[in-house]
Amino acid sequence: MSSQRPTLAALPADSFTDYQLNVVQEVLLALLAKDPAHGYQVRAQLQLALGPLAEALNGGHVYVTLNRLEKAELVVSRRVGQGDRPDRKVYELTPAGRARVQAWLQDTSWPKPAPAEFHLKLVAAATTGMADPVGIVDAQRRSVLLGLGDAQRAALAEPDGSVAGLLLEGVVLRLQADLRWLEACARHWNSKRERS
Amino acid sequence: MRQALELEKGTIMTADRPVLSASGLTKEYGQAAARVHAVKDVSLQVMRGESVAIVGQSGCGKSSLLYLLGGLERPTLGSLQLAGERLEDLSEARLARLRRRALGFVFQDFHLVEELTALENVELPALLAGASPRRARDRAHELLEQVGLSNRSTHLPSALSGGQRQRVAVARALANEPLVVLADEPTGNLDSAATTDVLRLFEQLHATGQTLVIVTHDERVAATADRLITMRDGEFVDETRLTGGVARTLSALTGLEA
Repeated sequence: MSSQRPTLAALPADSFTDYQLNVVQEVLLALLAKDPAHGYQVRAQLQLALGPLAEALNGGHVYVTLNRLEKAELVVSRRVGQGDRPDRKVYELTPAGRARVQAWLQDTSWPKPAPAEFHLKLVAAATTGMADPVGIVDAQRRSVLLGLGDAQRAALAEPDGSVAGLLLEGVVLRLQADLRWLEACARHWNSKRERS
Repeated sequence: MRQALELEKGTIMTADRPVLSASGLTKEYGQAAARVHAVKDVSLQVMRGESVAIVGQSGCGKSSLLYLLGGLERPTLGSLQLAGERLEDLSEARLARLRRRALGFVFQDFHLVEELTALENVELPALLAGASPRRARDRAHELLEQVGLSNRSTHLPSALSGGQRQRVAVARALANEPLVVLADEPTGNLDSAATTDVLRLFEQLHATGQTLVIVTHDERVAATADRLITMRDGEFVDETRLTGGVARTLSALTGLEA
């Protein structure tokens, strides 16, 4: 990685806390949806999908979460021998785990700015073939547009100089930024689809 | 002429059918290998009193489409009906007359006549449509009042802010009581406060039953419409109805709700 570019890991750690705490469960399940995998393979897939953002990823968290998912019976594991090295665990989705992934892929609720989760959702949809990434983008876009319409109408209804208007303007601008990025997502996954 | 217009409007108003209806509109520029599809097979029905926004990035064909819908350009293929008339059947002269009485245009860069006052700009379309000078002037005063610019009627456009100029342009678009107002990036040259003013004006027009078609790259502008159509590479790719649905909670959007 180039040393000129400021690394994302240099940002305050809590910028990514939400991502680590809230996202990883479904993301990890999705990474197992296509084939059973070792923990380190799951981690490598995540690193590939996140690029420079992966620096903020707590590697140990992957293993902790996999254990938690196993206790919740969303995955099952079996030990695989590796000759002279210690056995490794291979994780596999249970039907309940698969259902959780399916529900996550369809979910359009977006309570916090979560580009990393959404990005990984699209990667998961494309990799597993369980959903069409462009369809996910379109559904998300509609959901954001509905929110934007409500927020914009509410903003216009505020008198000039209203302090609540300022908050609504913030909501409107954030949703608009989300839409711009969704447009970029649509273009990317559309071109992938056309090439394949 | 005026009476004929009222009659025509009457027939449109009583029947619940689209005031503007496009079917398979296609616009191509250039020849052979250099041929560019600006608009590809677009169909659209705009109902009376509806506000429709067409949103897309620059170069997606949305302005070309608005020019087709407004009869300012002829499509390569497809059919367009406005006020019960098929535009492709009309001569240029008849098309110009239909445009003048049935449509109002609002453009990004206002298109006001710089040598005329705000009032004179607003009365111009009525005069061109054959209204008496007295009647045209009365109507212009009424409209400037409606857009909140009565106190600017004698100003030249150069003495007005961008937002005020656009409000004059909206007043002018309304001069002949158009069936449809077509707006091309109406807030494209405006700052945030002026954008809010123009959007409030559009909301007010919509509330009085004015049919609106707005083309914009700005989702904030598009989000105030009843229906939002997304255009990509000359085609309609998505349509979202923004009003009349289940009420949603704004608190979730503001982060007040966990």
